[in-house]
Amino acid sequence: MATLVQAVRMALHYGEEHLGVTDIFGEDVGPPLGGVFTATQGLKTAWNSPLDERGIIGTAMGIAYAGGRPVAEIQFCDYGFNTIDILKVAGNQRWAGAGNFDMPIVVMTPSGSGIRGSLYHSHSFESWASRLPGWKIVMPATALDAYGLMLSAIVDPNPVMVLLPKALLRVRGEEKIPGEPEDDNELKEMIDAPVGDRSNWTPRWPELKAHFIKIGEARLARAGSTATVVSYGRPLPLCVQAADQLKQELGATFDVIDLRSIFPYDWKTISASVLKTGRVLIVNEDTEVTNFGEHLLRRVIDHHFYDLLVRPRVLLGKHIPGIGLNQVYEQNSVPQFAGIKEAMKAVATEEA
Amino acid sequence: MSSKTIVPASLAANGAAGVVLPQVGSGDEYLSAERCVELHRLMVRARVMEERTIKMSKSGEGYFWIGGPGEEAFNACLGLQVHKGQGPAFDYLNLHYRNSATLLALGMPMLDGIRQMAMRATDPHSRGRNFPGHYAKREWNVLPVSSVIEVRHTMAPGTALMQKRLGGDGVTVVTGGDAGTAEGDFASCLIWSTIPGREVPVLIVVANNCWGISTAACNVHSEKRIIDRGRAHGIPGEVVDGNDPVASWYAIERALTWCRTERKPYMLEAKVSRLYGHSSSSGALRVKGEVDCIEQFEKKLLALGILEPPQVAKVHEAAELEAEAALEQALTEPQPSPEDVEMFTYADSAVDAVYPGDYTGLPG
Repeated sequence: MATLVQAVRMALHYGEEHLGVTDIFGEDVGPPLGGVFTATQGLKTAWNSPLDERGIIGTAMGIAYAGGRPVAEIQFCDYGFNTIDILKVAGNQRWAGAGNFDMPIVVMTPSGSGIRGSLYHSHSFESWASRLPGWKIVMPATALDAYGLMLSAIVDPNPVMVLLPKALLRVRGEEKIPGEPEDDNELKEMIDAPVGDRSNWTPRWPELKAHFIKIGEARLARAGSTATVVSYGRPLPLCVQAADQLKQELGATFDVIDLRSIFPYDWKTISASVLKTGRVLIVNEDTEVTNFGEHLLRRVIDHHFYDLLVRPRVLLGKHIPGIGLNQVYEQNSVPQFAGIKEAMKAVATEEA
Repeated sequence: MSSKTIVPASLAANGAAGVVLPQVGSGDEYLSAERCVELHRLMVRARVMEERTIKMSKSGEGYFWIGGPGEEAFNACLGLQVHKGQGPAFDYLNLHYRNSATLLALGMPMLDGIRQMAMRATDPHSRGRNFPGHYAKREWNVLPVSSVIEVRHTMAPGTALMQKRLGGDGVTVVTGGDAGTAEGDFASCLIWSTIPGREVPVLIVVANNCWGISTAACNVHSEKRIIDRGRAHGIPGEVVDGNDPVASWYAIERALTWCRTERKPYMLEAKVSRLYGHSSSSGALRVKGEVDCIEQFEKKLLALGILEPPQVAKVHEAAELEAEAALEQALTEPQPSPEDVEMFTYADSAVDAVYPGDYTGLPG
């Protein structure tokens, strides 16, 4: 199976061939590197930009105004904080200009912790991004979702930010990308650039097929009836793992909702699950003060206060200035497996 | 004042027959009398519209005012010379909020500027959402004006890239003030428009009025000429008297010709006035001691016999009547409704499960 980052690369190739992508660009995005995470290796429209995140977003907007379909990369979301007002402008162009101009840009950027990235390679961005009206924000946790959401991001005529969980970029999916070869090694030989000199290398792309995942549709990663867990990104597979263990250990079963879209989020799926279980835990790794998960908690309380059996809760990253390099820091800054499992057990077993 | 010469076309045509051509300054550039009359009328209309919107800001018919009195000469010349149209075959305009003369020169009715000031639902540029002078018009490639200064300098190389790819001679114009050049986005524009082998046709206009709100440029900037910043990137440029429509006309013509033919950037630093201060926040009172491009131009036109005093008066009267009629019309038009608040947030999308159409409030 393809890794998440291979899925992104194949989606971008599909976008170039079938969806009108004109430019894939950013710092180190073009040859020879093809992206620090390899997401853009071998793509025919990929090019290297100056080291200027504001210029990257602005140029993408310009390309889009003039009829292009750009996919711009911010190398790490941690480098994107200086773009925040241009992101805001991108989100308001259609509204501010009375519908005169659409803004069909895709910005992709790795987000979250889990790569021992220290202070400036471990940030999460979804809570910041959720405060950018006019944008759509997605965050796939599997390779197939990354493929399908990237295709949708490309064809959506609005600005779409694709947050890629740093920790999951090398994780293989459990489902095939439509058209990918059976053998992982064959795929690697086809589309991964060789280490070292790659000046004469060209990719051999598989015959990929369309697979669109609608923006705003969650994925039910596990189905259950005891409690609801809402998550996305790096903590999502940990929630799934914990759900599987707790089923064995306690007989408790969980709806584990992979939100996939931060905005618009799939309120119908969340609401239906909370109505069913009366117990809800929201897990993400962004810092906990004015965290996007708190908004979901507000919606849950507004709509389901009298449906809840126990207090709803969140498990979030600590409100600290950064994530320290020593793993003692990281392990105690953002949700890890043990803490997630403990929180899920607590929400499932608290007496109603 | 200008070093240029204004020669009425009729006189120029007869010059060889022995008519003494009226000379102003020492330059060798000429504009036809017809063009000068056209520019004068546009400048006056822009001024009158701005002054009307200033009054609206004080009478309660509008709120905040910001605009371009003092930039009419340069901006009218710009509007008459860009290639107007939709898409990359035509010029893109990333304007600042002092470009109303450019819009009038492109053909905007005064009514549309007044509609924006009056915050009407009929305001075609922002549906009553944005400050005056914040234009947006797809059919003319006028990209939405941003209150945040200089951000549009990051976007200009993008449209210009598409124009260069297309072929043809489309140019992207980006206009900012002198104070805004302190933003990193100005440097971004210089760098991105001169990527080796990927140079793009951006005309970078710096409307230099020597002010950033209340701060004089000389107190916070050491550079003598802003265009010199372009030299490090190989960007040619010139400083022009933006209060002189003839000098401005030809400087813009040279700049656009360079961009259209070389497909590379060019920088124009236009020395302009700021005749009503920064905005209504600073009172929007007429300042003294700065050149008024209209008064100056009228003196020339009168001295050369291109216009007579009654004709000048008639131009002003016509503009005043147009503004009055525009205001009267705008005030009869509907306000935005509460239902309009979310309108135009999203374009229709076939891949959005929640908002296949426009935004409709929180996901339900």
